[in-house]
Amino acid sequence: MSIKPKNSLLQVNNLKKYYPVYTGMFLKKKIGDVRAVDGISFEILNGETLGLVGESGCGKTTCGRSILQLDPPTSGSVIFQGKDITQLRKQELRAIRKKIQVIFQDPFGSLNPRMTARNIIGELLIIHGMTDNKTEYHEQTDHLFMSVGLDPAMADRYPHEFSGGQRQRIGIARALSVKPELIVCDEPVSALDVSIQAQIINLLQDLQERFQLTYLFIAHDLAVVRHLSDRVAVMYLGNIVEIADRAELYINPLHPYTKALFSAVPIPDPEIERTREHLLIFGEVGSPFHPPAGCKFHPRCPFAKSVCREEPPFPGKTIDDNHWVACHLIQ
Amino acid sequence: MIDRTMTPLLEVRNLQTHFFTDQGIIRAVNGISYDLHEGETLGIVGESGCGKSISAFSILRLIPNPPGKIVNGEVIFEGTDLLQLSDREMCAVRGNKIAMIFQEPMTSLNPVLTIGHQVMEPMVLHQKIGKKQAIQESIQLLSKVQLSEPEARMNSFPHQLSGGMRQRVMIAMGMSCKPKLIIADEPTTALDVTIQAQLLELMKGLTRDIGTALILITHNLGIVARYADRVLVMYAGRIVEKATAKKLYSSPSHPYTIGLLASVPRLDQDLKKSLSPIEGQPPDLLNLPKGCAFHPRCRYRIPKCFTQSPELEQISDNHEKACWVDVH
Repeated sequence: MSIKPKNSLLQVNNLKKYYPVYTGMFLKKKIGDVRAVDGISFEILNGETLGLVGESGCGKTTCGRSILQLDPPTSGSVIFQGKDITQLRKQELRAIRKKIQVIFQDPFGSLNPRMTARNIIGELLIIHGMTDNKTEYHEQTDHLFMSVGLDPAMADRYPHEFSGGQRQRIGIARALSVKPELIVCDEPVSALDVSIQAQIINLLQDLQERFQLTYLFIAHDLAVVRHLSDRVAVMYLGNIVEIADRAELYINPLHPYTKALFSAVPIPDPEIERTREHLLIFGEVGSPFHPPAGCKFHPRCPFAKSVCREEPPFPGKTIDDNHWVACHLIQ
Repeated sequence: MIDRTMTPLLEVRNLQTHFFTDQGIIRAVNGISYDLHEGETLGIVGESGCGKSISAFSILRLIPNPPGKIVNGEVIFEGTDLLQLSDREMCAVRGNKIAMIFQEPMTSLNPVLTIGHQVMEPMVLHQKIGKKQAIQESIQLLSKVQLSEPEARMNSFPHQLSGGMRQRVMIAMGMSCKPKLIIADEPTTALDVTIQAQLLELMKGLTRDIGTALILITHNLGIVARYADRVLVMYAGRIVEKATAKKLYSSPSHPYTIGLLASVPRLDQDLKKSLSPIEGQPPDLLNLPKGCAFHPRCRYRIPKCFTQSPELEQISDNHEKACWVDVH
């Protein structure tokens, strides 16, 4: 990654997304909330890639959807280029949507099966009035096809005629079509085979350099996240527990959960893998409907003390400019 | 240590499983051979559609027929060819001497039967023990796989358990008759990494305790590196490389294996290094290319690769590859 200006593109402040749970057939009574995202704050700088990792149900996808305003947050603010986009009206939001795009996980479910690849990619051009006539539309979509490594001759085919990797390229071309500044990548490679996964990862990196894109890269594969991100945030049960520069985080993980995650990922080299130390954690992720009191990780934490059971570890501790952690055990 | 001078527990010889569809014949498994010794862990790696799961299903004759059919080969387990057994004799092998752990813990348990019923079933069926004893042993098994509150879980239904807990139940079922061989088909793919690590450690420990051989089918090269003694790499229905885990990772020799290893980002590698993916698309099994199936994606190909398909050849002790080119 080259030197980039250090101004912030997106700030997320104390973002919460609760889904209410009701009981009863007719007289619905609220019995509580599923706290999918429970107060997270972070910042994405211009031109960087922020990785967001965590296991299923930790709220990483909900966080992405809340930033995109696909699931408006319960509280908190999302400030994009100085403007709080949670407070915008629909018309104003449409202009912002051009600047924030998304790539979804499932290349099979996220493309409309009844539209040709060209129309899937070109739809946004029409909606946002970025194309005047048919020739220009064809030129622009052909160009998008080529920029993601697809042959424009295939543009008039339907999604089922493409392989998983090719479909994901179509999804990327669609996101690129409106020249966005921020792309939320929600597990863009986890449904793909490893050889294809590497192609898409390289493509995302090339595109970032060519179009000066900023990514929020959501994934559960730590090796992929480390490879692509400048900084990495680790989520657990609705909270961010650690944020650091990628090199720093992988060399010096401080939160016990981060350590456990790293040691759970096997390294494809028997000599290293069988001799390195493994920190196994027990039990399963708690429920976001009844999250554990205190630090949410304490029931699984091998180092938990009494303070962990009683007090939430927030606002956390700043170790240095590039490293923040929410754990009572770190002094 | 594994004694390789003994007769192998399982010998697969020239196994071919084809699917006869309206569009043509899919040669999902196209002539594979390997041995497995007692207590050994064999990893089978490859991408989706390479035939790794079908080759394992073929051992237990779990191929839906039609459209699938094992058209050729031998699967010799403890001296008998499983492919020649009658259906009734085969039933006495499945779940008893060879057990299977499936990928999807969500769909491979019966939703209308209790956990207890399902864990007990193979014991009652194969070992002819009484129900009371079976219940006792099931509770022991469930606590061995570290399922919390095993007595209470006996009466739970699968939907009341999380994915990780269901997979623990699957492992308990697989272990219930102390089989000689367990085939685990992507046992942890659907699970989170911390749960995956717990379950793999558990499986490794249990198989070691009862001396069971394990076939571990996965697309995750890291899991194979950690657990397997020997590894088969499959591509388009054939084995392209066969080696001990150490050799495969220290000196991969088939271009496909080399490509796979260069495709995965590693937690311990230099951050600046970019990935070198395998170009092109996975093979279309209906229209496999002539010659070596990998040649359209191979960067080392020579003219011979276009016309002739290479066979596995020994390149050093415990290391075979199917490739015309010397790649290092």
